[in-house]
Amino acid sequence: MIQLSRWKVILLSIALFFGLLLAFPNALSPAQRAALPGWLPSNALNLGLDLQGGSYLLLEVDTAAMRTKRVDNLAEDVRVSLGEARININALQREEGGVVATLADPAQANAAFQALRQLASAGATQGGVQERAATRLGDNRIRYAFTQAALDGMGATAVDQSIEVVRRRIDSLGTREPSITRQGAERIVVQAPGESDPAALERVIGQTAQLTFQMVDSENSVQEAAAGRVPPDSELLMGEDGVTPYLVKRRVLVSGENLTRASVDADQSGRPAIGFRFDGVGARRFGEATAANIGKPFAIILDGKVISAPTINSAITGGSGIIEGQFSIAEASELVNLLNGGALPAPLRVEERRIVTAELGADAVAAGALSTAIGFAIIVVFMILAYGFLFGGISVVGLVLNGLLIVAAMSLTQATLTLPGIAGLVLTFAVAVDANVLIYERMRDEARAGRSVIASMDAGFNKAMGTIIDANLTTLVAAGIMFIFGAGPVRGFAWTLTIGVFTSVFSSVLVAQVLLAYWLKIAKPKKLPIAESAR
Amino acid sequence: MSWWPLIKLLPQKTNFHFVKYARYAAVLSIVLCTASIVACFYPGLNMGIDFRGGAVMEMTKTDNSTLDIGAVREAVGDLGLGDVGVQGIDSASSAIVRFQVPEGEAQNAVVTRVQTAINQAVGQVRYSGVSVVGSKVSGELFTSGLMALGIAIALMFAYIWFRFEPQFGFGAVAGLLHDVILTFGLIVLFKLEFSLNMVAAILTVIGYSMNDTVVVFDRLRENLRKYKTMPLHDVIDLSLNETLSRTIITGVTAVMVLAALALFGGEALFGFSIALMFGIIIGTYSSIYVGAPIILLWGVKRGELVEDAKAIKLGMASRP
Repeated sequence: MIQLSRWKVILLSIALFFGLLLAFPNALSPAQRAALPGWLPSNALNLGLDLQGGSYLLLEVDTAAMRTKRVDNLAEDVRVSLGEARININALQREEGGVVATLADPAQANAAFQALRQLASAGATQGGVQERAATRLGDNRIRYAFTQAALDGMGATAVDQSIEVVRRRIDSLGTREPSITRQGAERIVVQAPGESDPAALERVIGQTAQLTFQMVDSENSVQEAAAGRVPPDSELLMGEDGVTPYLVKRRVLVSGENLTRASVDADQSGRPAIGFRFDGVGARRFGEATAANIGKPFAIILDGKVISAPTINSAITGGSGIIEGQFSIAEASELVNLLNGGALPAPLRVEERRIVTAELGADAVAAGALSTAIGFAIIVVFMILAYGFLFGGISVVGLVLNGLLIVAAMSLTQATLTLPGIAGLVLTFAVAVDANVLIYERMRDEARAGRSVIASMDAGFNKAMGTIIDANLTTLVAAGIMFIFGAGPVRGFAWTLTIGVFTSVFSSVLVAQVLLAYWLKIAKPKKLPIAESAR
Repeated sequence: MSWWPLIKLLPQKTNFHFVKYARYAAVLSIVLCTASIVACFYPGLNMGIDFRGGAVMEMTKTDNSTLDIGAVREAVGDLGLGDVGVQGIDSASSAIVRFQVPEGEAQNAVVTRVQTAINQAVGQVRYSGVSVVGSKVSGELFTSGLMALGIAIALMFAYIWFRFEPQFGFGAVAGLLHDVILTFGLIVLFKLEFSLNMVAAILTVIGYSMNDTVVVFDRLRENLRKYKTMPLHDVIDLSLNETLSRTIITGVTAVMVLAALALFGGEALFGFSIALMFGIIIGTYSSIYVGAPIILLWGVKRGELVEDAKAIKLGMASRP
């Protein structure tokens, strides 16, 4: 084992070459890295948000709220559609995923069933299959509900759509390299590094941006409703000031889904307003609704707040118009971005946020670098004091290669280096010399047992190897568990530890083997320098 | 320079009778472990926001003037957010504020309220770090943290059982539990914040403690085969003595490096490094005084071990 074997030298040279190649982009500035030719590796260490600063947001898609809202709309559709067919209902009970209508006159059951079946087939489909279905329950009751498939798909679709919308919105802020990923069934992780403004980030993510146009209920009094007597087909909403109450019809005339474009515009007196344009369906519905309600006010509602409630002067058939409100230019343009990015299908709740400024991140990097350097120096001094220039020095060479390989592997895999990860790195150095210590101590044992220099070195390597592997496998198991169960920074730590285990066993053992073999060949020693002097 | 390399000063053959003192060590360990377990419930762990939910903000006066910590505490306290903690750090112009986010309130609304209150009380402040964890997420993090610790210990047990003997497995796990419990005790004693990072620290302690135990067990197994007739407690003493120099060197290296980390790594790494350092010291102690004596208590069937040894050797030989 101690004979100088060619493949070990070759292996070591290859490792050194790739280590240098992959680690060197870290020595360059970002501009220099960008200028590297494509065939050269150009990835530097990927610093975690705690080191480079940035925002981490864990969002939960409130699918329950979305389901409630969609059942609301469905109930409204039933009410309107049965009303148009002149069918009286005694009750409209809500249940999981739909409603059950109890008819006043069982004789109308067939007509009602037909009306609802038509409504279902006119509604949205999912891959050609209807999302909603009408079922008869006994003589005078009809159930109208989302199909099970639609209900099942709703959550997943909502999360997918939310990710898309969030991405568009963050892009509109001009954030550099945001990472938006799904976590579990109903969660989204947003990570935006660097100098991004966390407040703006949260503002654009936090708004659902659901825009609807609904008629104002002018037949009933707002005061009555505010006192608790809200008519069943109307709802009480607040204005943007949060004080002025509005009573509006539940039925949605047109919603943001039919919007093709929003832009910053100005009203007649030059104040900022929002211009909008509907698609074909939206324009037709809006045209019909405005034609039927001339002289009455309608409400423009954003996320449950009435932005404005203008009176319809004439039918608006062109499918475009402006929304007046109390906007500043900045608010208007943010709202335009939101509307163009599309509405979130469900509200997002921030469940966890971690925001670190770049300044604090830089402090952490400085502290991490300083303590790594000091830790490294301590090991170097200690190993040389303990084992002398030769044996101690050899472990230091192994340690340097180890450090190089870790940086190279982390840069290559783009694993995130976090602050605890730096601590893991420092600890890895300490445990890396353990392999050398195990080998050297074994050699000393063998020398004491009276073996020759070569024999004791050989036996030292052979016997220590099993222990080294056993001992490092345990660290690997611990790191694996951290990786599976840990979150964020802990994962970074686990990854650093894992890479460190491989590189440290590789470099400590191989470097020692090759360098000691050279030493044996050149110096032809009579005794082991680390063995007890003969007394 | 006869003293250098220093390793020559470390006697190659020590003859400590570790096993002789094992019963005193056992009493000490049991007392300390009991105390630590009690301490985990009373006064209890100082849970960080990762596990308890709530918010932490790091702030600095914009003009770098002295920050009136009392005024900050009063301003935030007046908002009625339950447990409020304000703690000065490094410079006189910075502090860390901790508070709870009441159930059902939007996180950002509460954070904005607190920031407004602070700005009114002490003037312009800039926030360099804001972390808020909702109660739902913190509960999940806590469960998965504890689960990680449990699974780590179980896997280590399985590993040792597989590589050694069941007795060795029990010894190793007793040592692990001992280390984990005492590390928890230290966390309570020093009021260190129990956070996700701390779980990582404890997992690392588990890894290190096992590492140490494996080195001792490896030598023990080897010596059991070598000296078939030597009484078990002598074999244990011999193995502990033989590995002692390695135990000391590696342990000292790790502790020194972690001390550097604790001193220079800044606020964020302090608790983490202290827990690791302590855990490593305990881990070293436990591989001598918990792991090995338990094997003595249990006994090892020497004949079986020889059979096993052959099997393992065969297994090793066939490995690439």
